Amino acid sequence: MASIDSDSEIIRPPQPPGILRWIQENLFSSVFNSILTVVLLPAVLFLIYQILVWVVIGADWKAVSQFPLLYAVGQYPRDQLWRVGIFLSSLIFLMGLSWGRWGGLLRSISLAVSGFFLMLAVLPFQHPALTLGMRLYLGSNLPIALAGYLLGKKTPIKDYLIIAAWLLVPVVGVILLAGFESSTAIPAVQTTLWGGLLVTFLLAAGGIVLSFPLGVALAFGRRSSLPVVSAFSTVFIEVIRGVPLVTILFMFSIILALFLPVESRIDRLVRALMAVTFFSAAYSAENVRGGLQSVPLGQIEAAKALGMGSLKTTIFIVLPQALRAVLPAIVGQFIALFKDTTLVVIIGINDFLGIGRSIINSDPEFVQLRTEVYIFMALVYWIFSYLMSLASRRIESALGVESSL
Amino acid sequence: MKNSEPIIKCRGVHKWFGEFHALKGIDMDVYEGEVIVIFGPSGSGKSTFIRTINHLEEHQQGDIFVDGIELSRDVRNIEMIRMETGMVFQQFNLFPHLSVLQNITLAPIWVRNWPREKAEDKARELLELVGIPEQAQKFPGNLSGGQQQRVAIARALAMEPKIMLFDEPTSALDPEMIKEVLDAMINLARSGMTMIVVTHEMGFAREVADRMYFFDEGRIVETGTPDEIYKNPQEDRTKLFLSQILHH
Repeated sequence: MASIDSDSEIIRPPQPPGILRWIQENLFSSVFNSILTVVLLPAVLFLIYQILVWVVIGADWKAVSQFPLLYAVGQYPRDQLWRVGIFLSSLIFLMGLSWGRWGGLLRSISLAVSGFFLMLAVLPFQHPALTLGMRLYLGSNLPIALAGYLLGKKTPIKDYLIIAAWLLVPVVGVILLAGFESSTAIPAVQTTLWGGLLVTFLLAAGGIVLSFPLGVALAFGRRSSLPVVSAFSTVFIEVIRGVPLVTILFMFSIILALFLPVESRIDRLVRALMAVTFFSAAYSAENVRGGLQSVPLGQIEAAKALGMGSLKTTIFIVLPQALRAVLPAIVGQFIALFKDTTLVVIIGINDFLGIGRSIINSDPEFVQLRTEVYIFMALVYWIFSYLMSLASRRIESALGVESSL
Repeated sequence: MKNSEPIIKCRGVHKWFGEFHALKGIDMDVYEGEVIVIFGPSGSGKSTFIRTINHLEEHQQGDIFVDGIELSRDVRNIEMIRMETGMVFQQFNLFPHLSVLQNITLAPIWVRNWPREKAEDKARELLELVGIPEQAQKFPGNLSGGQQQRVAIARALAMEPKIMLFDEPTSALDPEMIKEVLDAMINLARSGMTMIVVTHEMGFAREVADRMYFFDEGRIVETGTPDEIYKNPQEDRTKLFLSQILHH
């Protein structure tokens, strides 16, 4: 390295301001701002104080704390809970495995979930739901996550095996939850008994995983040069986007049932899943189409000049760039879908929100406590939505660093 | 060598964009190992012509044969010709979501069906050739324009083409980066590659071109060796254009 001016003084970047400086610049930068600070600061502190007092002393969390299992799984038979447990633990194991292999955000998620369970397991008071078996189960999830991590880190497991496991475990898990009519080991559990967070997650995750490829297919369909394909895609997208989700849910839950013979009736949870999937797919399709349009023609020409056909050009060049461009919009769509699943209440499915409402309505005493119940539920929805947006930002910045073109 | 069949043979090639007649009957023979420079004012059809050779633009009349294969609407013919002809673009057109190494190995792996190791060895060898072996793991967005264009050359060469097409490869570059790209192209020309280069870099033409074509308004106005074109241009339009680009 030939340096031209090695003798000259090195100029350091300016230091970030200290606390006092920050306060001065941000709170007392002018007379008006100083007055604003003096007036508002006590008001804000007072408000926070009031909220804390209400949460700790004023509020009665009975309607929340008495029914943890109801919020978690609804009416799922309590003697069959081990099935939910196995499903959940295999997901946590997979998260640990992927964390060991790829690192990143899955570390935070798997540790947060299993750590939260461990915290529940060692709660220093009695609760009817916290039996010894439940405490042991909850506590075992952190070791399970760590075991997955070590397996992914230390052994040369192939990437595609992990991806295959991610595809396989949810399917097997749902079959395990549903059981079989003839089986004694895992007797059938009607989906009418499923509820709570279990149903919310199944609908949201199922909707996301299924609607995304459907949305991509519709986006390509709409741009297709085949008139039939493009007309079908356009009509599908515009019709679904033109009606409220409630309407689609009703259509799938009632009208579809009217037309199909009784014996071939699709399970109503599956019908609800179909409704949210189609709804979300129509919106995803438009997002993806926007991304497809943002890929410069030169990229396609470069791929073609290398002898790549249309399919390879799409898979390797167009789609990755299109999806990266619209990732924030797609994640926004997923978050909306997650919250939209609450609408299944109106077709009689007891998702998380539905359970909360039925608890409130079950006892006149709880009607008085509905504020607490709704605040609790809002908090839960917010935590998961925020996790998703956090994940989106991590992915975005990971992709952004790789290329700033 | 020139006794054999030309590797590129164009006869009466016409091309319209809507009503606009962009190419008005181009005839050209290019033999293996030749370096052809095409120059001319903007809008003269020189880029359009070179893009018809690998069918990025479709010619509507006339015949083009590349390496004995006729360029028709048959998709298999088109893809076969594209495998044999590498192209370097004015705007580089590197794939921004792939690393330099992935940019170069993508087509050999998925079009030529090479094993990954072979493709990567070839890519490293080519990066060495264009003088940037240390940039293999970087992404295009982190490279200078000159480096990007040299990656683009390596990417095209990785398919082991018989012909290389250059569409104004230095026009989008800052002046200090033009030389590094031209050096790579000169090396390539001296290694015996058949090249068609659309460029106004007259130094490059003088150094390696076997023949030069002057395009104007969709026609070939004049053709000759660099010596003939520079020292003794026959046509007034050629003289005028040369005086404009050489004296600024």
